[in-house]
Amino acid sequence: MTRNRPPSEPDAPARVGFGMGRPSGAAGPGGGTGMGTASEPSAEADEREILPMDARVDLAKEREATGIDEVFDSLDADLVGLTPVKTRIREIAALLLVDRARSRFGLSTSRPNLHMSFTGSPGTGKTTVALRMADMLHRLGYLRRGHLVSVTRDDLVGQYVGHTAPKTKEVLKRAMGGLLFIDEAYYLYRAENERDYGQESIEILLQTMENHREDLVVILAGYKDRMDTFFVSNPGMSSRIAHHIDFPDYTQEELEAIGDLMVGAEGYAFTPETRKTFQEYLANRRAQPRFANARSVRNAIERARLRHANRLMEATEAVSKEELTTLAPEDFRGSRVFTDDDTNGTPNT
Amino acid sequence: MRITQGTFSFLPDLSDEEITKQIQYALDNAWPLSVEFTDDPHPRNTYWEMWGLPMFDLKDAAGVLAEVNACREAKPNYYIKVNAYNANYGKQTVGLSFIVQRPAEEPGFRLERQEAHDRTIRYTLHAYAADAPHGSRYNGHQ
Repeated sequence: MTRNRPPSEPDAPARVGFGMGRPSGAAGPGGGTGMGTASEPSAEADEREILPMDARVDLAKEREATGIDEVFDSLDADLVGLTPVKTRIREIAALLLVDRARSRFGLSTSRPNLHMSFTGSPGTGKTTVALRMADMLHRLGYLRRGHLVSVTRDDLVGQYVGHTAPKTKEVLKRAMGGLLFIDEAYYLYRAENERDYGQESIEILLQTMENHREDLVVILAGYKDRMDTFFVSNPGMSSRIAHHIDFPDYTQEELEAIGDLMVGAEGYAFTPETRKTFQEYLANRRAQPRFANARSVRNAIERARLRHANRLMEATEAVSKEELTTLAPEDFRGSRVFTDDDTNGTPNT
Repeated sequence: MRITQGTFSFLPDLSDEEITKQIQYALDNAWPLSVEFTDDPHPRNTYWEMWGLPMFDLKDAAGVLAEVNACREAKPNYYIKVNAYNANYGKQTVGLSFIVQRPAEEPGFRLERQEAHDRTIRYTLHAYAADAPHGSRYNGHQ
């Protein structure tokens, strides 16, 4: 981010600072979040003319104008941990900003390959990050609409011959201008059945990822090991994806922070004892099978709310606001995680 | 003779960029679009053949334009139009319909007179192109 512009440049300040320029034909008034549209007309005019050789572009201002920092701030505030993911997202954003600055000097900017794969355990925030990614790419002007179309195998693969292609194409058409998020993408390829229609769907996907690179971004998501197998059996897919982002599991502290965020968002609070119990709960639950990170935390809190409500209903006297908003240790103590050594009964999704 | 049916038909043919903008206008109004083609230019021919199903839930014009281009490739010498359905009135009505491709040569129509009873004359239009069987009009190779 170079802010130090030499003072001996009379016309540079007049030109720089309008960062809202988008690739041609982008973002009509109807689409997307409509951030910072006020500066758009001037940006459009300034996109067409190429800056002189000695001009300077203030990247910090460009960055400000896209409103990308808001996305980053909300990423940091809402998503606990995930440092490697956030780092990679910042890198991508930096590249896109620099590319835009380059294009203003008339330097060649082939559109970067933005297809991604998100791998990680259940509940590590893949879908949430994908949503943010759509917003971010829209603000940077790489997606015209910035909507997210989330699909699974069922939406792409047909049930009989000739059913798959139209189905996949329809989904792709819906995702144009936005982001296509394929959850549990490894289901698309079934090695054990060579007549499976998933392969046909993959071929159409590959073709579209190549030919409509400027129209949509595809994100494949799934569990790490199974996605690795998927990429091994589909090398074409792997090579067309530029960003393989791995979502690490949350640590105990991160899970606690997530729990705090969730409880706060629901308008509840922990007492110090409740917090201790909650920490204990997390430690126990993590050791058990089928632990789904943030999703398990959400479920634990949901069930604590149920027990909390039940407890209040059974109490005979009137309740105060504080009682309505405070979760007590016994709300978590009631969980099977504490009572049951046999973990089969724990709902986990 | 240039066929003038639907919106914009008195204007020069729309470029792809203009077509994209019109499609986007329809999408911004939440009108689903469909692509249709025919080789029967008669003005009363309202039932053109469908190129795939109507496209619902689209957000961006690129998807529709891809279908238009696919249809152009498969039907190079046909009339192709894009329809936008406006469901706001509680029923499917056409909000916008315009031709996006026409054959290189359009021979036009001849006027036919039919002598009916009592020296009555009935007039009708007959497209020269319609003399050839369906599928081989306009030097089409389909």
